[in-house]
Amino acid sequence: MSEKKLRQIAIYGKGGIGKSTTTQNTVAGLASLGKKVLIIGCDPKADSTRLILHSKAQETVMDKVRELGTVEDLELEDVLRVGYGDVKCVESGGPEPGVGCAGRGVITAINFLEEEGAYTPDLDFVFYDVLGDVVCGGFAMPIRENKAQEIYIVVSGEMMAMYAANNISKGIVKYASSGSVRLAGLICNSRNTDREADLITALAERLGTQMIHFVPRDNQVQRAELRRMTVIEYSPEHPQADEYRTLAQKIADNKMFVVPTPLEMEELEDLLMEFGIMEAEDESIVGVAESA
Amino acid sequence: MSDVAVRPLTEHSPEEIERVKNWINTEEYQEKNFAREALVINPAHACQPLGAQMVAHGFEGALPFVHGSQGCASYFRSTFSRHFREPASATSDAMTEDGAVFGGQNNLFEGLENAYTVYKPKMIPVYTTCMPEVIGDDLTAFIRNAKQKELIPEDLPTPYANTPSFNGTHIHGYDSMLLAILQNLTEGKKVEGRCTGKLNLIPGFDGNTGNLREYKKYLEMMDIPYTMLADITDVFDSVCDGTYRMYAGGTSLEEAADSINGKATISLMKYCSPHTMKWIDSEYSGEKAVLPLPMGIRKTDAFLMKLSELFDKPIPEELKTERGRAVDAMTDAHQYIHGKKFAVAGDPDYLLGIVSFLLEMGAIPYHIICSRSTKKFQKELQALLDTSPLYGSQGSIYINRDLWHLRSLCMTDPVDGIIGDTHCKWVARDAKIPHFRIGFPIMDRVNTHRTPVIGYQGTINFLTLIVNKFLDIVDETCEDQWFEMMR
Repeated sequence: MSEKKLRQIAIYGKGGIGKSTTTQNTVAGLASLGKKVLIIGCDPKADSTRLILHSKAQETVMDKVRELGTVEDLELEDVLRVGYGDVKCVESGGPEPGVGCAGRGVITAINFLEEEGAYTPDLDFVFYDVLGDVVCGGFAMPIRENKAQEIYIVVSGEMMAMYAANNISKGIVKYASSGSVRLAGLICNSRNTDREADLITALAERLGTQMIHFVPRDNQVQRAELRRMTVIEYSPEHPQADEYRTLAQKIADNKMFVVPTPLEMEELEDLLMEFGIMEAEDESIVGVAESA
Repeated sequence: MSDVAVRPLTEHSPEEIERVKNWINTEEYQEKNFAREALVINPAHACQPLGAQMVAHGFEGALPFVHGSQGCASYFRSTFSRHFREPASATSDAMTEDGAVFGGQNNLFEGLENAYTVYKPKMIPVYTTCMPEVIGDDLTAFIRNAKQKELIPEDLPTPYANTPSFNGTHIHGYDSMLLAILQNLTEGKKVEGRCTGKLNLIPGFDGNTGNLREYKKYLEMMDIPYTMLADITDVFDSVCDGTYRMYAGGTSLEEAADSINGKATISLMKYCSPHTMKWIDSEYSGEKAVLPLPMGIRKTDAFLMKLSELFDKPIPEELKTERGRAVDAMTDAHQYIHGKKFAVAGDPDYLLGIVSFLLEMGAIPYHIICSRSTKKFQKELQALLDTSPLYGSQGSIYINRDLWHLRSLCMTDPVDGIIGDTHCKWVARDAKIPHFRIGFPIMDRVNTHRTPVIGYQGTINFLTLIVNKFLDIVDETCEDQWFEMMR
């Protein structure tokens, strides 16, 4: 048997866009294709693996570190769980909001996983599900050298989601220039906005990438979530399960890895205006109070 | 080849090594050296927490406490120990990887509890290293929580200062910690109408306990009661009598608390105390004055005259004769130092003092390096140089330049000697000029911290050190026929 090539994938996108839900459903799709996957949640909220594990919250690397007082005594089996479709799950975890340094927590956790050999040869994919706002270097850890080389950005037709996607692309350019990290596509997680698929396709084109899949909005996702399950596990026959399996297949087959060409703010706004998301600004009203 | 202690780790030919050795002494190299922006080589300053620790040591029963990394704490302690050749008892809460992620509250809790239980300090001044500053640890909340959990007594003074090492230098840490300690100790202690009749004297970051003893001598001679804020004598020049003292000296906490009702407050290091003096100005009773470090005759005169004015005391006869002796010593020695060029490196307050002294001697402060300071300081120093069209006008000031820049200057535009702390010894060696040790740290000579360099006696001491070294060099290098009995 020839050695499999491990593909490491990072999922970024605006906070609340549905990264964790999309990631887990897609990973379930890959698992149903017979792929071996490890998910690493890189968010102090630690909600990247609950649908795979059917658990409220997995005990995180940093939870155990807190308990033991040091990362040196921690062992892999303390923090690695196996869920649906043999998917392996780890959550980096982190401090409570407002104290310490969550970014450092991600670095500590990933270093630990590497040292302890979490990246076993049987794996086909590692998915990093990263906190929405890449506020510091710690949250860029998954795309440093020798880690994730493919990035998917989860986006919708809403203005702020597209701003975020463009900003993340700017970050990728920085890392791409010194390493092999590439943008692999936009995943449109539909919010049912007007001409959403066209808009995201146009944005993808401008960024030099593709809209790899348009995931329609369907309440079946929420119904599955209530049961802490992916759609694929909860209702494998449902059309929404097909959407995720299709996305999984497209990712498995994807060969389009690019250094993105982020838009200038004005270009982005022009694009939004073109699709009627934003109206042309009347500069004469800026900064003028109602009573004036 | 002869056996050498250190084997060169280079593949380059001896000719190439020789070429580069000479090249780094050229003006061409100097130009490249001064064009460098991102890199600092051998800066002449330490970091904020080191300055904070010096203040913390200067109070009775105080156990300096580093919130942050163990290695940083070791650096401060070993630096003080190497300079003073005394133990520097300080502790740290040794933050590690988990502390960096979760914040250092647990470290601080355990550290404070242990430090208090084991060492029974009267005060624990807390200051920080880079790590807790980067992650934004909230010392206010952490320390309040520690007291609420009764890990340390509610009434134990625990002043704290944020002292990120990546910002400012040791003198800023000194200022922040002193301010924190005074704010803590004097809280609620101000009594309307009360006057202790005392002088509060802030010596600033001074690694010379002899200087502090000299200030005390003056104050005692003039019969002026005083409180030194902070007093590191006895702590860093403690006696050797067979008994180890964990807390060997320091200003008493009661006295420091009462300093808010003082008759006057003087800071002798402007750049070490800007925030402290600003606060004192608004909160303390009595007169306030910021005076220059009293090096040389003129600045010592200014200090003593100010004391005389503030406390309505005459200058004692003994001091007048001491001044006379200093002037006589300067007259006797001036011919050996007059017109000599010096490179000087150090803290802003020390630089102002050294330059003032050199100008009084008709010496030329030629290359002046301050490795971190402001345009404001540069202007003040320039104004001092401008007072002497003959000697000062030849000097150049280099702000935010390091000792590797100074090396270039000394190679392309030579001077007769270099004045600064131990770090200057490499420049002195390469430029083949004598090195006059002053400032902090001095790790390669003994007892320099016991010999004052301020005041009249300090002027005699420093002058004698310089001139006799020049005379030693004459004796060591002259040809036989010029080897004279008298110099």
